Amino acid sequence: MTAPDRPGSLHAEGREVGALTVLRRGLETSPELRVGFLVTALMALCVAIGRLVIPVLIQLILDHGVRGDEGYRPGFVYTACLIAVGIISVVAVLSRATYLRLVQVAETTLLELRQRAFAHIHRLSLADHVESRTGVLTARVTSDVETLAQFAQWGAIAWVVNSVVIVTTLGVMLFYNWVLTLATVLVYAPLIPVLAWLQRRQFRAYEQVRSRVADTMGAASEAVQGAGVIRAYGYRAPVEERLERANQAQYESQSWAFRFFALLAPITDGFSAAALSVVVGVGVWWGPELGLSSGELVAFLFLATILLNPIAEIGEVLDQTQTALAGWWKILQVLDVPVEVEEPDDGVVLPPGPLAVDCQGVGFAYREGGLVLGDVDLHIPAGAAVAVVGETGSGKTTLAKLMARLADPTSGRILVGGVDLRRVDPRSRRAALRMVPQDGFLFDTTLGTNVGYGRAGATIAEVEAAFAELGLSDWLASLPRGLDTPVGERGENLSVGERQLVALARAQLADPGVLILDEATSAVDAETEVALSAALSHLAEGRTTISIAHRLSTAERADLVFVLDGGRLVEQGTHAELVAAGGRYAELYESWVGNTRAAR
Amino acid sequence: MPPTVPDADELTTREVFRRGARLIGRSLRAMPGSHAIALTGAVVFAVAAVALARVLGWVTDEVIVPGLDGDGVPADRVWAGIGLIVAVAAFRGGGAVARRYYLARARYGTELVWRRQLFEQYLRLPMAFHQSRPTGQLLAHADSDVTVASLVLMPFAFAAATVVLVIVALMSLLLIHPLMALVAAVLFPALAAINHFYTRLVHGPAAEAQHAVGRVSSIAHESFDGVLVVKALGREQEEVDRLRAAASDLRNHRVRVGRLRALFEPAIDALPNLGIVGLLALGAWLVNRDAISVGELVGAMALFSLLALPMRIVGFFLEEMPRSVVALARVDSVLDVDAPEIAGGERRLPEGPAGVGFDGVSAGYEGAAVLRDVTFSVEPGEAVAIVGATGVGKSTVARLLAALHPPDRGTVAIGGVPVQDLRVEERTGALALAFQETFLFADTIVENVTLGREVSDDEAREALRLAGALEFVDALPHGMHTVVGERGITLSGGQRQRVALARALAGRPRVLFLDDATAAVDPVVEARILDNLRRELHLTLLVVAHRLSTIRLADRIVFLADGRVAGVGTHDELTRLPAYAALATAYELEERAA
Repeated sequence: MTAPDRPGSLHAEGREVGALTVLRRGLETSPELRVGFLVTALMALCVAIGRLVIPVLIQLILDHGVRGDEGYRPGFVYTACLIAVGIISVVAVLSRATYLRLVQVAETTLLELRQRAFAHIHRLSLADHVESRTGVLTARVTSDVETLAQFAQWGAIAWVVNSVVIVTTLGVMLFYNWVLTLATVLVYAPLIPVLAWLQRRQFRAYEQVRSRVADTMGAASEAVQGAGVIRAYGYRAPVEERLERANQAQYESQSWAFRFFALLAPITDGFSAAALSVVVGVGVWWGPELGLSSGELVAFLFLATILLNPIAEIGEVLDQTQTALAGWWKILQVLDVPVEVEEPDDGVVLPPGPLAVDCQGVGFAYREGGLVLGDVDLHIPAGAAVAVVGETGSGKTTLAKLMARLADPTSGRILVGGVDLRRVDPRSRRAALRMVPQDGFLFDTTLGTNVGYGRAGATIAEVEAAFAELGLSDWLASLPRGLDTPVGERGENLSVGERQLVALARAQLADPGVLILDEATSAVDAETEVALSAALSHLAEGRTTISIAHRLSTAERADLVFVLDGGRLVEQGTHAELVAAGGRYAELYESWVGNTRAAR
Repeated sequence: MPPTVPDADELTTREVFRRGARLIGRSLRAMPGSHAIALTGAVVFAVAAVALARVLGWVTDEVIVPGLDGDGVPADRVWAGIGLIVAVAAFRGGGAVARRYYLARARYGTELVWRRQLFEQYLRLPMAFHQSRPTGQLLAHADSDVTVASLVLMPFAFAAATVVLVIVALMSLLLIHPLMALVAAVLFPALAAINHFYTRLVHGPAAEAQHAVGRVSSIAHESFDGVLVVKALGREQEEVDRLRAAASDLRNHRVRVGRLRALFEPAIDALPNLGIVGLLALGAWLVNRDAISVGELVGAMALFSLLALPMRIVGFFLEEMPRSVVALARVDSVLDVDAPEIAGGERRLPEGPAGVGFDGVSAGYEGAAVLRDVTFSVEPGEAVAIVGATGVGKSTVARLLAALHPPDRGTVAIGGVPVQDLRVEERTGALALAFQETFLFADTIVENVTLGREVSDDEAREALRLAGALEFVDALPHGMHTVVGERGITLSGGQRQRVALARALAGRPRVLFLDDATAAVDPVVEARILDNLRRELHLTLLVVAHRLSTIRLADRIVFLADGRVAGVGTHDELTRLPAYAALATAYELEERAA
């Protein structure tokens, strides 16, 4: 059975969408952008006027101040210059104000968008947080938003400013002479497709550069990580050769990719020379018939140069625009993924103390991919210690996640203390049910703060008490900085086993009625192992304990064992019963015993 | 000890320039040809750019003014004007291509040289160096540090070209009229100064914004990475608040950068325009006095628009410099490490199986002693297990034996010859090591087993068989020739360990050191492999293990505690030592649990 690709699925992002669709959806999500657009347009107008002042002034002074019918008119020249200075100054001040406003709008929009996407992702069911997607989800609120930020700082402004500059420049050119304007436009028309082509080639070349850089880094990491092997086996020469090859290939691809950027200059220069030539030729031959003055033609030379830059810049930002729109679209798509674990408005509060857990026809399937669990019915009495066993991929970890409501079953229901989990008040659920995941993930802060996360408002004394109750005071005392020990990223300053100790203390602090333990698979050094199993047995006292067992020794000690196979509950009973029955469990047990004890 | 790497903010401007000049000097020496072509291109570009402005002036005087205000111009003069424009533009474009392209080659070529020097160091320096630096840091030197260090080279050549451009342009203006040159001489230094001032002011906030981006990313990363815990603890809202705080901080920094930009950008845009207005007022007066022609005024204005942009690039150059010199200092912190290779001596081993001897050996890392006065010996053909708690120095024993690490005192000998006196080939041929952390190259299995030694495919197969790996290797799509690693198939931990073991066996070693090298292999399989080794190969075996089943396979056990030999004997003999008994119990518990 395969789950249908539901609308808003995280995987539907590769679809091609038009730029206008993205813009429309983006504006719906961030209406404040409309203000930003107006501000930008105003700013663009300022910039355009600022740039056009000079050619117009040149024309006026040449035609009416120096070479007019009345000859040199100093009064006219100085007045025109003063007015130009005034306009340039006013425009500068206005640009400043509008630019500032624009930055504020853009940054606030990005902040809101980032936060909304982040919060939304956290509301998603754990089913959407499969391991392979973590990087992708992180990218949505980091690199995708950053791409947009870069675009907002340059590309977006370039689009608006340049379009306005192009339109107004063309307007002034038309005012002077339509024939010359037409000729200039015809010369420049091929520039945009040529630049777009160059951009595409450049983009592909840079993709190759990235893969060459990855090759070099791959070879380098072999040289560094394999340093011991290389020295012990005298394997230096082949590694050196491989590094040199990768290094050379990177250099060649980088130089090749830069070729396209190098071509950019002569191409725009070529177009500019062509435009200047056409303006001079057309202007001089047909100018007299069209009533063109020399000042106007000189102004035209400057206008044609002014027109070139915005066109070239639009050509340059085309690519960035595509990337930014794609990033924006991906963020919008994440916001479209439905939140499946909906908390009830007026939830049932569970009583304190151990509670019974019932699964009724529980099934689960990921959005993509097959059924993970199907039709599981089981009853766990209050206060019992049970073990769920099965091979990797049998669905036992998924069952644990459903019991903690990190995701909802796609069929059937789970009852805790007789209440459907979906109807339980979220705070009460978190107090009553606590899952201890196997990876022992810790936040990059102190040990004490990490344990304190176990229950809101816990005091230091309570945190210390939790360690004491689990018999871990000695271990805690052995750390030079005790609760103030910084645990590092993911808790990596501590060993795997120590991280688990912290996770157990965190659960102890919460004092839940139902404890769901996903046992760690990774090996722990012997000394910590002893502390860990003692802490576990203290933690389990007086609670309903559901252990997702990777070690059959846990099952041996359990009151009741559930055996999962291929997502189905195939056996249940005590350890002794199941071994006697000679079924799936007996098989697992036999191979385990054979593996660990035959070697004696 | 590595030289200390300064922080970008700690360097004085003088120091930045001194180091920057040295950086550029090194690049010039590394890629002299490319730099020369780039610089020539830059000069051609500058001269052509100034020439184009003058051509426009000439066209105004000789073509436009007579053509529109006078009696018309002959067609050949119009064509001459057009020809001049096109020709000068072609030179300008050609200069630009040469400058940009060869500059890129110079930059990337410099990177190539720096990376090559780094790689040589990585392969040359002793293991102690690798142990003192994290992998990520060493890779970052070869990646981002080299890139950032060379960043300054691009604007450098442009800045050099700008100097040429400014000189040629000023001379050209001087030829038109000294007053025009004066306007430029006042305006452009002012523009450069404003740019420099702006760059310096914006540097701090821009760097802070960049840091804030990093903080936002790491929060998002941590939060989604630990999503299971976040959900289990119900901390979603706290996480959103945490991100919001960091993202607001980022916004504030960006807005601060924006405020500076909003102040300077319009000023930098307006300044050349104001200069041109001044030029026009002045020019109109000069034209009227016939001191200059209209065309010369047009040419002067064209020169002004030409000079505005390069002034900004000079600013960029100054901005990149501190970052680049600091990045190069980090690269140099590796290049300047001068540790001799463990060269090896001249002696050979006697024929036959070789024993191992540690005599009064002390060793440690960066002053912290790990082994103290360790003495024990292993007879040829004997199997000895080395047992001790985590961190007692068992792996150091292996490194000493392989001469990957020098002893501070005492001698480590193979076959009675101190390891540092052995020829390197002799040592690597006689001794093989396999570690718990296996390292496989992204290559075929057979290449991973032979590692360039003279080992035939049949011998490699035999080694794989002895290591208990042949069965799963044969089941792979291309057997021994299957590529493993990133681009190939992924092996499980136990499979990787068996391939690494086969690598150790392929050279027919006389001494084999297994440093927890089969920890990820199923215990049953492990016992079979070790049995095979003892039966079929006549070698001296040293084993570091955490499994009682493995430990018991040894003839004798060397028990280490606190960096010293606390006892030597069989398992049963050693059980009398309380420390050993405690450790054995812990191992047993672990085995029962696992």
